[in-house]
Amino acid sequence: MAEMAEEDKVLNEVTQSEYKYGFYTNIESDRVPIGLNEDTIRRISAKKNEPEWLLTWRLEAYKRWQEMEEPDWANVDYPKPDFQAITYYAAPKQKKKLESLDDLDPEMKETFDKLGISLDEQKRLAGVAVDVVMDSVSVATTFKKKLGELGIIFCSISEAVQEHPELVKKYLGKVVPPSDNFYAALNSAVFTDGSFCYIPKGVRCPMELSTYFRINEAGTGQFERTLVIAEESSYVSYLEGCTAPMRDENQLHAAVVELIAMDDAEIKYSTVQNWYPGNKEGKGGVYNFVTKRGLCHTRSKISWTQVETGSAVTWKYPSCILKGDHSVGEFYSVAVTNNYQQADTGTKMIHIGKNTKSTIISKGICAGHSNGSYRGLVKMGKKAENARNFSQCDSLLMGNSCGSHTFPYIEIDNKTAKVEHEATTSKIGEDQIFYCNQRGIPTEEAIALIVNGYCKEVLNQLPMEFAVEAQKLLAVSLEGSVG
Amino acid sequence: MLTIKNLRASIEDKEILKGINLEVKPGEVHAIMGPNGSGKSTLSSVIAGREDYEVTAGEMNFLGQDLSELDPEERAHAGIFLSFQYPVEIPGVSVTNFLKTAINESRKAKGLEPMPAKDMLKAMKEKMALLEIDRSFLSRSINEGFSGGEKKRNEIFQMAMLEPKLAILDETDSGLDIDALRIVANGVNKLKSQDNAVVVITHYQRLLDHITPDFVHVLLNGQIVKSGDKNLALELEEKGYDWIKKEQAPIG
Repeated sequence: MAEMAEEDKVLNEVTQSEYKYGFYTNIESDRVPIGLNEDTIRRISAKKNEPEWLLTWRLEAYKRWQEMEEPDWANVDYPKPDFQAITYYAAPKQKKKLESLDDLDPEMKETFDKLGISLDEQKRLAGVAVDVVMDSVSVATTFKKKLGELGIIFCSISEAVQEHPELVKKYLGKVVPPSDNFYAALNSAVFTDGSFCYIPKGVRCPMELSTYFRINEAGTGQFERTLVIAEESSYVSYLEGCTAPMRDENQLHAAVVELIAMDDAEIKYSTVQNWYPGNKEGKGGVYNFVTKRGLCHTRSKISWTQVETGSAVTWKYPSCILKGDHSVGEFYSVAVTNNYQQADTGTKMIHIGKNTKSTIISKGICAGHSNGSYRGLVKMGKKAENARNFSQCDSLLMGNSCGSHTFPYIEIDNKTAKVEHEATTSKIGEDQIFYCNQRGIPTEEAIALIVNGYCKEVLNQLPMEFAVEAQKLLAVSLEGSVG
Repeated sequence: MLTIKNLRASIEDKEILKGINLEVKPGEVHAIMGPNGSGKSTLSSVIAGREDYEVTAGEMNFLGQDLSELDPEERAHAGIFLSFQYPVEIPGVSVTNFLKTAINESRKAKGLEPMPAKDMLKAMKEKMALLEIDRSFLSRSINEGFSGGEKKRNEIFQMAMLEPKLAILDETDSGLDIDALRIVANGVNKLKSQDNAVVVITHYQRLLDHITPDFVHVLLNGQIVKSGDKNLALELEEKGYDWIKKEQAPIG
């Protein structure tokens, strides 16, 4: 028991204080927000018919948030959002719930179609269950029945609060506590929806679970909350994709994702993120400040795969806490910045248990006047006997006006632990482009080919149909980047 | 097929080609020989449309089209293929994927549908057999970790797949051992027809032992100073370039 308590203490320490070394600046603030107040939170909670404990939890988070200051250690520069000018709850205009995805807003469908994925097609061809979050409230959930037969719960988090309060109460905020950071606290206070996923013991989820988010109303902050729980010896692959329509003003997106992999469980979490990045002059675009973290118990595995092409400003570090012995954490990332986009992204691998292993493959691509940074922490705790990490951080530059930066943080408290770090920086060569041209491949296609080749190790981690979409996205994101 | 008249080209204000004249007809094999720095590779790059070089005078006509109006990929679509002296590596892009993209981009430019995967695979198998290439080759990243010989063989494999009208082989023999040289030359000969033409750029006679040229041109200081039949190549092999340089001296 004493050991357990000790372990929890270590875990606690890790989740509470890992923002040192540049990840967090804590300055007391007495700023009192005008627009966002306790009443806002009470209203959200009441609209969603939430139990008392959740309202208390939100209010507590709000209190913590008020004591915190917006972090400024990231290598990004943007006007600070006005939290009073944000609408914290916006229900869609549709009156009734949709019977099927066919009833979806045609404009929304069009956005999906532009990416070459119609929901129907995905449903039919790929067997993907899609839970669409549109303007904070879920409007469509499919395949529920089939999943239900296996005891899998896949629904919006609001629904989970109503239907499975015991599970939500048990796990919400356990991996990312409200006090974790400024945006996690804000999210905890005002989150309006998101996804909930529960895989029972020994069940292998037979299909990719997928959620599409998009910001719909101008000025609507999007605060999703995602909770994925994989019980002992279960497996789930979860896909998250984002699309946002053109917007002229900056929109704030501050999500929290928590993953829990119990003993021998495996969670694969894939993201394709293409929120509106702003126009070519750097005007507009989404601010994407996300906290994603997974907790691994004994012999479990969590893999994060992300393809980040969107947002004006991105601040995101999907992390793994390798608490259990022999647990495995993986992070595969492609981050593209073009025009005036800024991204500060990476991961944190916190090794606590013995024989824990982590792999980090990060591919940055910078074009235009953009700035891309990799920021990663590998921490080997005192008890992490024989822990291993391999990190590879590559950057690809296009043109002469962009910047790529790498900030690796390594902390080792155990002599038997081993950390390897490799990094490369390269430019797309004129030679490579001419070689492709000579074979009949035009420059835009040549760049897409070269970039996709460069990102192959990461794209290979994505489920097939998602990888195809990601490849298209990379090409679209870099259109016109070489003159 | 290809007519070059008084072609002058420079790089960074340094003139490399100083008035080239060349006529290549279908079914012909031309060899262009010359010492280092004479402008051989520049000529092939300029024909392929490399932007580093500025064409300052003259004209290049390919099958009735003015080449100066075509981008490099359009020249490729028209049927010009350049086997590179130093093929570049493209990490993560497999030979198959690269060829598929190249073939389908050319087809797209001609208004054709992408080639069915079955047909492409069949063609690849045939050409691989012709060039004695192992199947595992297809899934490797293009030119990455390839030996010198593999790179050149890969170039000829691409040529075989793309079926160009005019193939320019820029020092394809360099880096090849005797066996690889024979295989590559054999491949080129089998692909040769009355409708296509080959321009071989080389330092040495040895490739010409396998690919017999109809014409041999000597490029010296940016100009073709002497043309002849295959015997000229033998003479060069024996006597070097100095006698031609001397022959030229009084004129200049």
